[in-house]
Order: sequence, then C-alpha cells, then structure tokens
Amino acid sequence: MRVQALIKRIIKQMLRDKRTLALLFFAPLIVLTLMYFFFNGNGNEAEIGIADVDKRLVALLEERDIHIEYVEAADSQTVIEAELDGLLTDENGALKLILLNDDPSVARSILVQVNQALLMQNAAVGGDAPTLETDYIYGSGDTEFFDVLSPVLIGFFVFFFVFLISGIGLLKERTSGTLERLMATPIRRWELVAAYLAGFGLFAVIQTVIVVSFSVVVLDVVLVGSIWHVILTNLLLALVALSLGTLLSSFASSEFQMVQFIPIIVIPQIFFAGIFPVEGMAEWLQGIGRIMPIYYAADALKGVMYKGLGLADISRDLLALCIFALVFIVLNVFALKKHRKL
Amino acid sequence: MEVHKPFIFRNGVLLVSIEIDVKGVSKSYGKTKVLRDIHLQIQRGQIYGLIGPSGSGKTTLVKLIVGIDSADEGDVEVFGIKMPNLDLLQDIGYMAQSDALYLELTGYENLAFFASLYPMKKTEMKKRIAYAAELVKLTGELKKKVSAYSGGMKRRLSLAIALVHDPKILILDEPTVGIDPELRLSIWNELMHLKNEHQKTILITTHVMDEAEKCDIVAMVRNGALIKNGSPDDLKAAYGANQLEEVFLQAGREQS
Ligand SMILES: Nc1ncnc2c1ncn2[C@@H]1O[C@H](COP(=O)(O)OP(=O)(O)O)[C@@H](O)[C@H]1O
Ligand SMILES: [Mg+2]
Repeated sequence: MRVQALIKRIIKQMLRDKRTLALLFFAPLIVLTLMYFFFNGNGNEAEIGIADVDKRLVALLEERDIHIEYVEAADSQTVIEAELDGLLTDENGALKLILLNDDPSVARSILVQVNQALLMQNAAVGGDAPTLETDYIYGSGDTEFFDVLSPVLIGFFVFFFVFLISGIGLLKERTSGTLERLMATPIRRWELVAAYLAGFGLFAVIQTVIVVSFSVVVLDVVLVGSIWHVILTNLLLALVALSLGTLLSSFASSEFQMVQFIPIIVIPQIFFAGIFPVEGMAEWLQGIGRIMPIYYAADALKGVMYKGLGLADISRDLLALCIFALVFIVLNVFALKKHRKL
Repeated sequence: MEVHKPFIFRNGVLLVSIEIDVKGVSKSYGKTKVLRDIHLQIQRGQIYGLIGPSGSGKTTLVKLIVGIDSADEGDVEVFGIKMPNLDLLQDIGYMAQSDALYLELTGYENLAFFASLYPMKKTEMKKRIAYAAELVKLTGELKKKVSAYSGGMKRRLSLAIALVHDPKILILDEPTVGIDPELRLSIWNELMHLKNEHQKTILITTHVMDEAEKCDIVAMVRNGALIKNGSPDDLKAAYGANQLEEVFLQAGREQS
C-alpha cells in the first residue's frame, strides 16, 4: 500500500520531468547512432568474389546486401586485380575467406556477414559447421575491437543512464529534506528501497527495450543470438545500476558530487568490459575486473550478440549480476539507517 | 496496532498522563555538544513551547523526539514506548523546519501522497485533505504545483501535511516562520482548538516571544541546555518580570 503510493509518486515526478525523460530515452540512441556511423563506415556496400561455394550460402549472402562477383581463380591476386573487398572459396569442404582489409570496418562487416550466413545455413542443413579460415591481405584480423564494441556499448549506456538518473532521483529526495520527512512517517526502510527499485525500474525497462530494439532494428548491429537474452541481460544490468546509483547517492551531498562518481565508478568499468583485451592485463588488474558489474554484462552480451550463445552459456554472468544487485539492494536498506535507526 | 498508554501509574496511583518523556538526552555533532542532558515531560493536551535563539539545539531535540536522529545518551519515550518506533510514528504529525515538499507535484498531490502513507480509507482521506487544506487557507491553491508556491504557502502546506492523518501528537518546528500575522493568528487559534476540543498534544519550537506566551509550558533552550521551564505566568512571577523576554535574559545570565 505504502510502496504503491511511493511508486505512483516517483512515476508522476518522472513524467513531469521531460528533460530527464529525454536524457534517459533518447540520449543513448543518439550516442549509439553516432558510434555506429563512426565505426561502421560503408560496410554494407562490400563486394566479394565467390569461387566454388555452396549456392545456398551464396543466396544467404546476397540476402545480406553483399555484392557477389563470381571469379575463376582464387587467390589474393584476384582480389586486388578485380578490386574486390574479399574472396570466399571452398577447398574440399574447408571454407577460406580472403579479406582485402584496406578498411578494417569493411573487412569486419564481411566477416560477420559470412559468419552469420554460415550459422544460418548450418541451422537449416544441420551437421557440423564448416570451418572458416580467414586470411588478410593487409593487416591482420585484429579488428575484434569493432565486433565487440556494439554489445558493450549497449550495456554501458543502459548502465550509465540508469545509474545517473536513479542516483540523482534519490539524492534529490535527500537534499530536499523529503527523505527525512518520510522517515517521520511509519514507512519501513525496505518499502522505500522497493519503491525506488520498482518506480525507476519501470523506466529502466522501457529504456532497455528502446535501446536494444533500436540497436538491432535500426542500426542493424550484429545479433546472432536471441534478442530476449540481450534484453534480459540488460535488465539485470539496469537493476545493478539502479541499486548502485541509489546506494552511492547516500555518499553524495549534491548533484555535482553524484556526477563525480562517474569517473570513479562508471568510466573504469569500460576498461574491463572487453573493449580492451582483459587477458593481456596484469593479474591483479584482471582481479579488479571481476568486481565490475559491466565485466559480466559485457561478457554475456558479447556471447549472445556476437557468438550466438544461449541462456545456459551466459547463466554464470547473469548470476553474477543478480548477486551484485542483491548485495546493493541490501546495502541500500542499511544505508537508510543514517536517517532512522529503525 | 493501537498504541495508547496515556496514563502513567506508580504504585497504583495515577500520576499524570505523560505523552512525551525526554530522559537525559545528549547529542554531539563531531566535537560540538549540541544537546546537554535534556530532561522534559509533555502531558496530554498541552501546548509545549521550545524557545531559544537559532543554533541553540531546538531542531536537533525535535528530531530526536520524532526518532529521525539518535541521541548519544539518554532516551526518548512517547506513550511510554522508546523511540524510534514505527507504530508510534502513526500518532505523530511532524512539520520540519525546512519545507520538505515535492515541487513537481501539486499541493493536493503532496497532501494525498503523505496521507496515503497512513492507513486511511479513500473517503476519509478526501475529508482529511479538505480539512487540513482549509485550516491553512490553501483550498483554492491545491491544484497549483508547489514550485509556484510562495514561502509562506509552502510553510502552510507543510503544516497541513503534519495534520493530514489526524495524529494525537503534533511536533511543529517553527511552523509560523514567513507567515503573515493574520494567518499566524488563525493558525494559533486552530492549534488552541485542536488542543481544547481534541486533546491534541502539541510541541512547538519558536524564537518569537509572543508565541511562547500562548504555550501552556515554555522551555527555554540555550547552547543545547534547557535552562528553565514552566508556565509563562509562573516563570514571570518567579523572576518578577512582565515579559518572558526578561525571564529568558535573566535565566541566561544565571546559567553562564
Ligand atoms: N547535521 C549537523 N551536523 C553538524 N552540526 C549540526 C547539524 N545539525 C545541527 N548542527 C549544529 O547544532 C546546533 C543546533 O542546531 P539546531 O538544532 O538546528 O538549532 P535550532 O533549531 O535551535 O536553530 C547548531 O550549532 C548547528 O550548527
Ligand atoms: Mg531550528
């Protein structure tokens, strides 16, 4: 009953704050779109040569907006002479992809498209997936940076905006004195925390669905696995962000101090999100990564979106996120003891 | 749970109906001692005034009584039960010194929100909101957002919120600051009415002497210590003074 009244009030306040709503719902879309154009270049106009490849696979590739040129000889020279971006050949069942790689974003796009086409064909035909060997004419296959970027970015933006807005929401309640005033009513501390989770959680759910759908439908980011698993992962991450934001707001005494948490708490998490290879880091640094919620979310998102992993494969990451959320929620209830012992 | 224990018996004899009992409360913020061993008892149906200059510790004491801050030493009991206690908060209407209102919401929404934190039926709630708003002469302004309210209007809304659930005890921290004299008078009349007709117990802080005159008991606070308390008339008689102000000054000199 009291929780309900609180939730109603939080929603009403949010709906009247158009700027914050815009920040929550549109800012991530704008940044994602910018990132998309920044990194994706003209990836969709790739042209590849095909020699002796299964017709069904070729058809799948054509569906994916890849220009197909049938060629006879199959070596690097053909690619350069015919001004192609890549060349796909079948050598006794072993697929080989030669990529020009003069523009890594194009090469990456082709690789992803071919991989997805292969997965789809395999799903239709069954049996063992054919191996795909990749050769680069220029540079090497170190283009993973771009591949993993979009899942990580989606997770990061969900985390960042939910963290900021829920944190500032509870902070406003503190600085305006209304939190103390609430403590002079028979409300229980857990009721307050539950209402904040539910009230802001509602907006976090809407934001997550908007961001994920926009990324997948409009920006056409790589999504091999299920969109539901992407949404689920992001929802859990949003819950972590929500509970962490409200928790940290009890250590801030102004909006500005809340913003000061961004470089301390939020930015470092990007470094452990897998944009930079974690394996290459010092042991102790990797240890720090383990206590960062985004590390787990990014791992799950990359798994689902890029590698096509299922729920069972990411369950450990999801469990980690649940534990984070639970710990932060309990700490929230304790943090309110500052205002009333009971 | 109905918590009502207005009578204190000792050896089977009714003493007085003490509703608020502050027992030797001390409080420090860091190294500064804000409250020093405060003892006071407030009876049912009394208007009890805490008077003292700003910074003397009135707000801190009031918060300790409500239970939203905790004492370093000593206890506060309300209806004979140690605070903080969630059930007891049901019976307390608190008005903070600084207005704690939701600016994005209208006056009505603020009242309705706080009212819905107490067990109350819908129809009853509507009646209580209408009554509380009328009391502070805000009925016509309830549809406005609080961000458009003046300082005095916010003060009045805070007072209405303290009254909205019909509590047995009212704890009001400088309720009349920024309110014009005419409305101040009508609010005081209403407080008298609540006390006389409904046996409400009212603890009020003020730094205005003429308001202190209207209280049944005045407690003078200085530097975190309660230097004198009693009815205004008794205090004036004891010091041979015409004004409470004189009493306050003399008592202050005695203390230091
Ligand atoms: N949260 C706090 N932290 C530190 N000092 C405080 C705090 N609250 C009040 N004080 C100090 O305690 C003293 C009493 O304050 P207060 O109870 O607000 O007095 P009054 O209500 O009589 O004006 C003041 O000196 C004030 O500076
Ligand atoms: Mg004060």
